[in-house]
Parts: sequence; structure tokens; C-alpha cells
Amino acid sequence: MEQLGKKAMAGDMRAASRLIRNIEDNIPDTHKAIKHIFPHTGRAHVVGLTGAPGAGKSTITDELLMAIRKKNKTVGVLAVDPTSPFTGGALLGDRIRMLRHAEDPGVFIRSLATRGAMGGLSKAVGDGIHVLDVMGKDVIIVETVGVGQQEVDIINHAHTVIVVQVPGMGDDVQAIKAGLMEIADIFVINKADRDGSKKLYKEIKNMIGMGKWTSGWEPPVLMIESVMEPHSFAKSVAVLYEKIEEHYQHLVDKNILADRAHRKVVTELNDALKAAILDPVLKKLIEDGEMEGMVAKLKTKETDPYSLAEAVALKYMKDD
Amino acid sequence: MSERKIRILLAKPGLDGHDRGAKVLARAFRDAGFEVIYTGCHQTPEQIVGAALQEDVDMVGLSCLSGAHTYLFPAVTKLLKEQEADDITVVGGGIIPDFDMQAMYDAGLKAIFTPGATLDSICDWIRENIKPRE
Repeated sequence: MEQLGKKAMAGDMRAASRLIRNIEDNIPDTHKAIKHIFPHTGRAHVVGLTGAPGAGKSTITDELLMAIRKKNKTVGVLAVDPTSPFTGGALLGDRIRMLRHAEDPGVFIRSLATRGAMGGLSKAVGDGIHVLDVMGKDVIIVETVGVGQQEVDIINHAHTVIVVQVPGMGDDVQAIKAGLMEIADIFVINKADRDGSKKLYKEIKNMIGMGKWTSGWEPPVLMIESVMEPHSFAKSVAVLYEKIEEHYQHLVDKNILADRAHRKVVTELNDALKAAILDPVLKKLIEDGEMEGMVAKLKTKETDPYSLAEAVALKYMKDD
Repeated sequence: MSERKIRILLAKPGLDGHDRGAKVLARAFRDAGFEVIYTGCHQTPEQIVGAALQEDVDMVGLSCLSGAHTYLFPAVTKLLKEQEADDITVVGGGIIPDFDMQAMYDAGLKAIFTPGATLDSICDWIRENIKPRE
């Protein structure tokens, strides 16, 4: 497994894609590879794209890849789509918008299914970013699933968060609600040739006007018009990329890159603790049939979930 | 908990733009519990193989209704072999005449599904024959 980490670090694309697969499939010992690469991570600029289904995240990502490659930077993309809660299957279709980059060795695109994660990402995103990072990608784009109001896990992983909005989704109260509308470093109004885009622009601008931007960065609001006009679309996305670079420079200049890194490591530590402590306990409870017994007791109201959980905690947590 | 999921890339090589069949299959694969990466129409064999490697799939499904399968399908298996990735199973589907079948199998395809094949029979074939690559 360490070997896989070493090969990924040497830029071996197949080793990297296998390693990401092992992370997704939660294969035992995969953490050995992550241990190996972890000290070398933290170099790439991680950009998150989030927004409603069909807002244009993948299409914008595709054009961003063009803009980034024009500057001779290499890019990795993690594109997340939902897993079926019924069958566990998934249809991953983000890549369909990015076909023209399939033969460019400077672009690595990987589709991930959420596999039950609820925050707009997949559990594999955190370590997946590390893999792309040590592969030497300069920029890593993480495209979330189509989100609603509060799937905001992307802020734990990205340095720069772009929220893609489209006109016609709601009034000005939507714009001042908590959640998604709070996390943007850059707003994009996509499909801005449609009715209602000026109104949306004003609503977002008003919302921004109400806020305090203590770090000195006030989120810009960019309009991007139809992809059916490829020339102007490309131009608008090039402007977006300039803003993305500007934002990263701002984080560096103001010495606040570390704040973003703080959120990421706290998330990673929490996930790792859960994997190391909770998962084995759950596994044992299921294997020993205890889980089933507890569920049965709850159904007959013989006891309550809190008493059961306390008993399990008492059994497994030994204070010394 | 660790679980290997079957990952499938579904693609339409060449100039054929009739993707209804491929979309129905993508949906059926989703419902069968597989992860399917659907890449759409008008792809070169190089694009398909590039995507298959980046996505670390276990199987590539190629759909072609235009008659160009005799060129396009073997081009995909040849490229996979060159990349030492012939452990990825390639299957084909579409309008494939009987007299082309042997050439398809000779080129390394493991199964060909033609009009009339049921979704269940295709999913069953996958469950029996595709094991996630270790």
C-alpha cells in the first residue's frame, strides 16, 4: 500500500486512480499510503464549486480547465454525484462536460459517488485531494453534488469556494438565509442571459452589503452567460479564473491560508478518530449480533437508545 | 466498512449520436447497484481509454449503432492493452451483425449484446463475470 503512495507521488496516474479507489472502497491499510503522502501535501490550490443541480458546475469546470491549462498549470478534478439511497448504485455524469480534456496529461478527472455522505461531498474527497496534491497538480477543483441550502462541507476542504447560482430560484429572503449563501468567496450567476439575472445580482449584492468582511475580501459577483455563445462564455470564465487567483493571493498576502488549513485538519482528525474508534465498535456489534438484539429491544420499548449507547460506551471505553 | 463496488464506464465511440440505449443502460446499471460513469457520445478510443484509466473502472461498455464497431471496438481493446490495462473487461452492444461477432471476440471483447437483450440479462452477466479488480 505504501508503494501505491510512492508511485502516486512520482506522478503515476494509474497508481493515483487506484489509490483513490481504495480510499473510496475503504480498503484496509489504505491509511498506510495516506500516512506516507501526508507530510508532502498542502501545496495545491483547492477550489470548490458548488450550487444547485443543473446550475452549470461541470460546464464551468470544463471551461476553467481551459483557462488553467492556458497558464501552463496542471489540474486535478474531483467531481461528486449522488449515490442512490435505495440501490447503492450511482450515475456519474459530470465528466460528460469535460471530454475535450480526456487526452491532456495535465488534467486528471475523477468521478466520485457520495456513498451516503450528506454534506455535498464523498468521504473520499479529503484524502482524494491529498492524492492529487502529491501527484503534483497545481490546482485541484472539487465539484460538489448538486446542493440545496446547507450542504456546505466543501468549506472544510477548499481554499476558494465558488457558489454557482441561476436566476429564477427565489426571492431576496433566500439570499440572506444561512448556509450555502454564506460560504462563497466568489458568486457566479450562471445562465445570466435568462430573465431574472439582474434581480438576482441585486439580491446577492444587497446581501453582501449587509455583511462584515473582516478579512478584507468581499465576495465578487460574476455574471456568466449561456455556454451556447462559446466565445463570451470562455471570456467570462477566464475572468472567473482571474478572481480565483486573486482570492488565493489574498489568502497568502493576509496570512489567512492557515485558517482554511485549520478547518481541513480538524475535519480530517475527526474523520480519522471516528474511523479508528467508532467503526470497529460498530463492526463488532454487528458481527456479534448485538446490534440486532439492541434494535429488537428498542422496538418493544424495553429500553431506550441512550441507555444502550451508554452501556456500549462503558464496555469499550476504558479509563486508565 | 470496506466494500469493493463495481465501476463501469459507458461510452459511445465515433460519430453515432443515438444514445437512448446507452442512457437506458446507465440507468439500469445504477439501479443494479453499480457505479456507472456515463461519458456520452462522439468519443475517440483514446478519450475512452484515458477516462477508463483515470476512473479505475472494472469494465468498459461500448455502444455503437452506426456500423463502425469493427474499427472502433478493437481500437479500444488495443489501446487498453498498450497501457497494460487489459485487465479491464470490454463489452460491446448495438447493431452488431452475426458475421462480425467472431471478429469482436477475437479483438478481446468479452460479450456482445444486440437488440433484444434484456436489461436483466446484461446486469446478470456483469454480476457473474465482472469482479472488482484487486
